[in-house]
Order: sequence, then C-alpha cells, then structure tokens
Amino acid sequence: MIDELFHEWRHRLMSMWRKPRLDLPLLGALLLLMGIGLATLYSASDLDRSQVISQALRFMLGLLLMTVIARVPPLTLRNWTPWLYAASVVLLVIVVIHGEGRGANRWLDLRIVRFQPSELLKLTMPMMIAWYLNGRPLPPGWITLGAAGALIAVPAALIAKQPDLGTALLIVASGAFGIFLSGLAWWRIGALLAAFAGVVPVAWHFLHDYQKNRVLTLLDPEADPLGNGWHIIQSKIAVGSGGLWGKGWHHGTQSRLEFLPEHTTDFIFSVFAEEWGLVGVLLLLALYIFIIARCLWIAAEAKDTYARLLAGAISMSLFVYVMVNGGMITGMLPVVGVPLPLVSYGGTSAVSLLAGFGVLMSIHAHRKVLAN
Amino acid sequence: MRMRRSRVREGRYKPLKEARHEEALFRRRALAGFLIIVACLVALGVRFSFLQIERHDEFSARSEANRVLTRPLAPARGLIYDRNGVLLAENVAAFRLEITPEQVHDLPATIARLGEVVPISDDDVERFNALRKSKRSYEGTPIRLKLSEEEIAKFSVNRWAFPGVDVVPYLTRSYPLGEEFAHTVGYVGRIDEADLGKLDKGDYAGTTHVGKTGIERYYEDRLHGEVGYEKIEVNADHRPIGEPLGRVAPKPGENLYLSIDARLQEATEAAFEGRAGAAVAIDPRTGEVLAMVSVPSFDPNLFVNGIASVDYAALLDAEDKPLLNRLLRGNYAPGSTMKPFVGLGGLELGLRRPEDTVLSTGEFFIPGQSRAYRDDVRGGQGRVDLVQAIAKSVNTYFYSLALDMGIDRFSGFMSRFGFGQPTGIDLMGEGSGVLPSREWKRGRFNQAWYPGETVIAGIGQGYWVVTPLQLANAVSTLAARGVPHTPHLLRAVQRGVDARIEPLPPAPPRKNVIERAANWASVQQGMQEVVRSGTARGIDAGFPYPIAGKTGTAERYSRTGTEWTSISASPIERHQVLFEAFTPADDARIAVIVALEAGRSGAHDAAPIARKILDAWLPGDQQRQAERVAGGGEGAASP
Repeated sequence: MIDELFHEWRHRLMSMWRKPRLDLPLLGALLLLMGIGLATLYSASDLDRSQVISQALRFMLGLLLMTVIARVPPLTLRNWTPWLYAASVVLLVIVVIHGEGRGANRWLDLRIVRFQPSELLKLTMPMMIAWYLNGRPLPPGWITLGAAGALIAVPAALIAKQPDLGTALLIVASGAFGIFLSGLAWWRIGALLAAFAGVVPVAWHFLHDYQKNRVLTLLDPEADPLGNGWHIIQSKIAVGSGGLWGKGWHHGTQSRLEFLPEHTTDFIFSVFAEEWGLVGVLLLLALYIFIIARCLWIAAEAKDTYARLLAGAISMSLFVYVMVNGGMITGMLPVVGVPLPLVSYGGTSAVSLLAGFGVLMSIHAHRKVLAN
Repeated sequence: MRMRRSRVREGRYKPLKEARHEEALFRRRALAGFLIIVACLVALGVRFSFLQIERHDEFSARSEANRVLTRPLAPARGLIYDRNGVLLAENVAAFRLEITPEQVHDLPATIARLGEVVPISDDDVERFNALRKSKRSYEGTPIRLKLSEEEIAKFSVNRWAFPGVDVVPYLTRSYPLGEEFAHTVGYVGRIDEADLGKLDKGDYAGTTHVGKTGIERYYEDRLHGEVGYEKIEVNADHRPIGEPLGRVAPKPGENLYLSIDARLQEATEAAFEGRAGAAVAIDPRTGEVLAMVSVPSFDPNLFVNGIASVDYAALLDAEDKPLLNRLLRGNYAPGSTMKPFVGLGGLELGLRRPEDTVLSTGEFFIPGQSRAYRDDVRGGQGRVDLVQAIAKSVNTYFYSLALDMGIDRFSGFMSRFGFGQPTGIDLMGEGSGVLPSREWKRGRFNQAWYPGETVIAGIGQGYWVVTPLQLANAVSTLAARGVPHTPHLLRAVQRGVDARIEPLPPAPPRKNVIERAANWASVQQGMQEVVRSGTARGIDAGFPYPIAGKTGTAERYSRTGTEWTSISASPIERHQVLFEAFTPADDARIAVIVALEAGRSGAHDAAPIARKILDAWLPGDQQRQAERVAGGGEGAASP
C-alpha cells in the first residue's frame, strides 16, 4: 500500500521534472524580469548580498509553487474555487477580529508561518468571479453583475478596513477585469463609471486621515517636506536626474545617499529609472507588455469560459501593479503600497504572483484537453 | 423565479449559454483590454520621458543640490505641574556620549577603551548596537546618556585618543518628585518598535521619547508639540558645512496643570508608612483628583533612558509589586464600605423606610435554608434601624435588605454609582472591577445565580470587586448628594511659555443618581454616626468639620462557613481593610478612600491613614475658606 503510494508519487515527481508543462516564452520573460529585479535590488540595497540571496530564495519557492500549480488541471481548480474563496474570506474575517501587524492588522500568525490572507485573494478573487460567471449566461446583466459585485465587495471591504488600500485596489481590479472580459456591455460600463464618479466624494469622507494626506500630498508635495511629500519629491528627483541613459548601475546617488525612502521595496522603480534612464524604463515596460500579451494569448487559447476569464483577469491585474507603482514613483498617482511585480523586495507578493503565473501555465498546458 | 426573470431579460442577447459566442466575445474584450493597457503604459512612458528628458536638467540640478539635508528639530516637551505650580515633570539639560561609526576604525575596540575612561555597561552596548541599525553611519549614535560632571571632565582630558566620539548636550525628562507620582504622571521612554507603528513619522522625526504611561501617555498629543526643521548643507561625507540655510522653529508642547496637590500627595504617601495599598482624594464638587497614590511605588526616572535589566528584574520580582498601579487595576473586595450604598438602595427603591428595624441575632437564614450568614458580633446586635445598621455595620440588616431587593435591582442600582465599569479618568489602562449580576455570572461561569450570593453581595462580599478609583468615584458621587463627576487629573493647560494658563471647561452636568434628597440625608446621618459612635468612633477627634465615613474589613476567606474558630484564630493581617469618608459631611469639599491590602480592621488600620490625609488637606482648605469670606463670599468658586 505504502509502496504503491510511493511509486505513484515518484512517478508524478519524475514526470513533473521531465515534462514541466511550462510555457517557455512566458517562463523566459519571467526569469529575465527576476534577473533585472535581483540586479536592481543588489544596487538599491547598497551591495547587500544577504537581501539578494533571501529574495532569490523566495523566487525559488515561488517558481516551485508555480510548477506544482501548473500540474493542477483547470477543471480541478474550478471545482475547488468556491471552497478556496470561502476559506480565504473566513481567514480575512479572522484577521479583522484578531490579527497582528505593525500599524495595520494584516497578518495571521500560524505559529510556523505568518501570512496575509489578503494575499490569497489575489488568486481566489479572479477564480471566484470566473467560476460564477462560468455558470451564468453571458454577457452578464444587472443581476449577475450585482452578485459578482457583492463577491468582490465583501473581501475588498474587509481588506480596506485593515487598512490596506493598495491590496484592496488590486483585488477589486482583478475581479472587475473578470467581469469586463466576460463581455459586460459598454453602456453598462459607462453607467457604472458615472455612478462611481458620483460616489467618490462620499468615499473621500470615509478615508483614514493618513490616506487623505497621501492624496493631498500628491497635489502639493512641497507642502510637507519632512513627511509624505518627501517620498514623492525624492522619487521624482531620482527619476528625472536619470535622464535618457541613466547614471549607470550602482551610480544612483539618490538611493545611495539615502535620500530615497523604501528604495528596495515600493520605490525600487525609482532606483531603476535613475540608474538605467528612460531607455531602461521603456525596455522594462516593454517586457511587462510582452508578459501581459503572452498571458492574454494563453487566455484566448483556453477553451472554457472559466479558464479564459481566470487567465484574462490574472494577466490584466499585472498591469495594475505596474501602473499604480509607476504612477506613484512619477508623482502621477497617490502613494499606495503596491510593489513593482517581481522587482520589489518582498516575499509574499513574489510568491503570490508566481502562483498566479502557475495557474496560467496550467491553463496553457491543458488547453487541448478542455474542448467543450 | 428570480432566476427566470433574469434569463428572460438577458435573453435579449442570447437565449442560453453559447460557448462559441462567449469565446468570440472574450477575444474581442481581451483585445480591447490589451489596447487600453498599452495606451496606459504608453502614457506612463510619456510621463517618464517628461521627467527624464523635458525636466532632466532641473532634476539633475536638484539631485546635485541634494547635498542639502533637511534635519528635523524636535520640539521641547510640555512641562507638568501640580495645581499650585509645583513642577512634576521637567526637561533638564544633560550630556551624552555619541559615536559616529563612520569615523571609527575598530568599533568594538574603541568601545572597550572608552569603557576604561567612562563606565559603559553591557546594556549600554546592546542598546547602542540596536540603535545603530536604524541610523546612517555618518550619524552620531548615543552610547552613554546622562554623563556626570566628573565623567565629562575625565573624557575631555582623553578626548584626543577617541576620534569620532563626542560629548553632546541634550534635553532629558526628569521627575523631581520621583516615586510619589510614578503611578499618575507616569513616565516617557525611548520610542520603540511598537510605538513606531502608531506615531506619525513626520511629527516624530527627531523625537526620541514618547509617553509610555500615566499622564505622559494620555496627553501625549498635548505634550509633544510640533516638529520644526532646518536645512543644512553637507559635504560628500555628510558633514554639515556652515550655518543652516533655512529654519522653521519647532513649537513646544503644552504645559499641563494637574488637579493634584503635591503637598497632599506627599502626606498621603507618607501616611501609608510603606504598607501596600492605595488612596484617592477627590473634590466631590468637580471630580478633580486632589491626591492619588499607589504604595509601594518606583522611581520613574529609571525608565526614561531605558532601565537596566537588573533593576527591572528586581522591580518585577518584588513581592509587593511596585509596578502594579493599584489605583487603576488593584482589585479589592469592597466589604462593608458598600453598606451606605445598599442602605440608600433600600430607601430609593421603596423597600425600606429609615425607621424600619431588623432584629440582629448573630445569624441570618434564607427562608427554607439551613446555611447561616453571620453577624460580626456573636449573639447579634439587637434591633437596629438604618442609621444604627450603618453606624455599627450590622450585617443582618443588609443581608435581609439585599435578599428583598434581589440581584437584578441590586446591581441595577449599584451601577448608578459606577461600579463594574471604568470611571473614565484621564489615564490609560483602567480596570473595571466586577459588579456581580446575573448576566455577569452567566458570562463568566455560565452558571445560574443563587440567592445566597445576593445575601453576601449585601455586605460587599462574594464576587464584588472594586478598584480604589472606582470606590473613590462612588464615594465622591455620594458626597455630592448624588451628582456624578467623572474623576479627572488635567485642570488647565498653557500653550507657550508666557501664555495665559487656560482652565479646562467643566464637563457637561450629569443627572443626579439619587431621586429623593431625604434618602441621602438618612444615609449621611448613618455615616456620621460611624465616626461619632460607631465602628470608627474617635477618628474625628479634634477635627473642625463633621466627617461622614464608613469602615470596611473584607475577609479573604468567606465568613459564611459554620466554623467560628477559623475566624478567631486568623492572624491580624488576614483582612483587606478599607475606609471611606467625606467632609464637611453636609457640603463635602473632599472625599477620601483608603485601601490596605493587609490589616486588622478598617477602623484600626485604614481610618487613621484617612485622618492623616484630611489633616494634611485642612490648612489649605481653611485658608481658601477664609479668602472666600474676605473676598466677599463669591459662593462655590473653585478651591
């Protein structure tokens, strides 16, 4: 009995090793991105090897998770979806009741590992929306839209309450993209946007003071040269002084002289822009566009609505990371704690991103099996 | 039903799910989405090129000029005074030893050599290493605080041997009255990891200390002030060059004036002669706390710059728990001090008239039960009315009254006086004690309530637990003929050195908790008899004002057992003893409570301490009364 199990698992592991079922163009692009990330981190951390090594280890863990998830057929994922979604929402509620974390309650301590349940929703949210829409007539009408909206709003509200506006935003976006891709009529989208514009002044009222400050600082960063404004001013100086060709690797004075805060995490893009200039920035953006395009291609190839919507939503959320982070460091958008995917230092986001790519790889690998 | 309707409406597009249609729809949408994404990222690229090409020269220049550091200037922390302007917390100039790691070649060796000139403990080194991590290598990091003059002199002679080590002046918090105010004023301490998450980084840039306990913590926002900054030019090594280029001065924090009278506080602490316990004195007319002590105490100055681990361990391990704030978190069985409140409840709820009597035989039984509830005097105290029952502390009167009242009305009435809830004083971490009730017992033990528990609640025993502050608040409310005032410490603030001292506006008036004034008079008469002829007789000897009081002697072991012998054999220090009082009895200007953790009886141990507190309060009060008469009798102005 045990022997059989052992053989079965050995067989599985061996076949995973021989046929990893990964999409090579996507994998290549991701590895390139991670390489750029590590190189930038090495410079931004002032040649601190230990940070680079620990980030590389997290990438390894993420890649391993990606390979494992790539083996799980989308049909299995689909069957698990409601349970995974429910479990992650329950965990969120637990965190709201008694979480721990510095300043904000985001972390759940499981003795062995501490993790943020909100991170799980980056995957389970698009999965749930895809699962729900998969069973509904498309394009969705108001009722389907309302139900999907509720599926998004509940966890998003819990996360925003933590308060973690950046993650809430990413999760709302991933769900919204699912709805968008399912073919929601343009006039309905227009109506929603108009309603949203009406709600903004009300929402402003409910923001925390520090969140309001971030938006206000954005409008006039020089007014607060010691607090929030400092980040934006210093980041813009870093980016702008980089010029067309950049100052060269490890020659960025802004980060080395510690004028730039959080220069290994949220503001690592500024370091990159300072050292590699506009040319580097445009190449990096092109790399992101390539990854998103490849992912959307995989989504279009999928033969089942669930897989399509899920893959599409994950691909498009990647764009939100890049846009919000890039917008922040150039002073276009408020300071919201969103990392630059696979470049910013930090474990949880790297692992959850790579897990998402694992789902895409799985959809890619099973595209033929899924014919209706 | 709803399902079908939505189908019909959506049927305008397609009657049922259609895979091919959905796939085509998805492809169109994916393309549209991709185009939007590309457009947005192109916009982002344009933004980058605007910053990096168009404004490159400007930002390049600013990057070069980023040799100008903006350095925060910490505001001076507000001072804390007592009601008469006696300084309780001040900022004193001191000197510390700082090391600039960048300029030192071999840090451990330098620290070791430095230790031969100026004593440096392992704690100091540990703290230095922890602090260094959060600083840049060109910034000075303190290794020794509060150098003595001798140490400064010794170091100055050897200064040449220590490049990168400097003596630097700074302001440090000091509590001149030390132990007396450790549990009220509290102390500040270094900002630690936990504080960092709560404090605004901008406001606290340059600030090293933050209020940790007491007034220092509660009024942190008032005391801290506003940060300022100066711009200084630095060279490539981050060394400042020349004068600051620009400066915005910091705004000092507000000075606070507390309602506490430091002389009364001192006398109160002295009256305890080191015995563990707590005392509170409140002005019943306003709720201002005049004195509050928790004995034993500790020296808050030890905590300001990080307490040495040996000292801290000693404080933690001490048997009489000096770090415990008994005022806010001490738990005492209130015992007989509750009898005036229970008696008042009987009158207010219409269960007794003042002249109703009860026969005390020494034992009380719940009808149909055999368990005896005892009186203090074997054989009983005969037939007593309310006044005598309070004066002689006759248990039977209150046993039967509580039983008639029932636990629901009982706890309902007692909560009017704030039992079982925090008083809302302006200090952090107040406990709420326990007011026994059916709901409380169900929540705590998931058990039903028994009538016997109502009986012993009548004499303040059983589950009932109060904090000294709660008791003081209740007595103060009683002294004010039922008008409650939230006890508070902050009396006035001063914004700026020469600014006017602004008294805080009085809190909005609250509803009187006693419905009939005559009921109050009967209870007050009983409390006066306590001092004249009852359990605490003689305690008012020679005192010019009439005193109303009540003793409390709570068993640590229940008296409801059938064995008398265990009680008579018990050692002297087996009781928690209490005394509550207010004076002048008709128009109280002070309410006092004293709680001792160990003693023979309330009358024997706690009442004399209360008398000493009143004696210390008296001269000031007489002076104020005289001034008022001389000043033309303004009526009830503040003392």
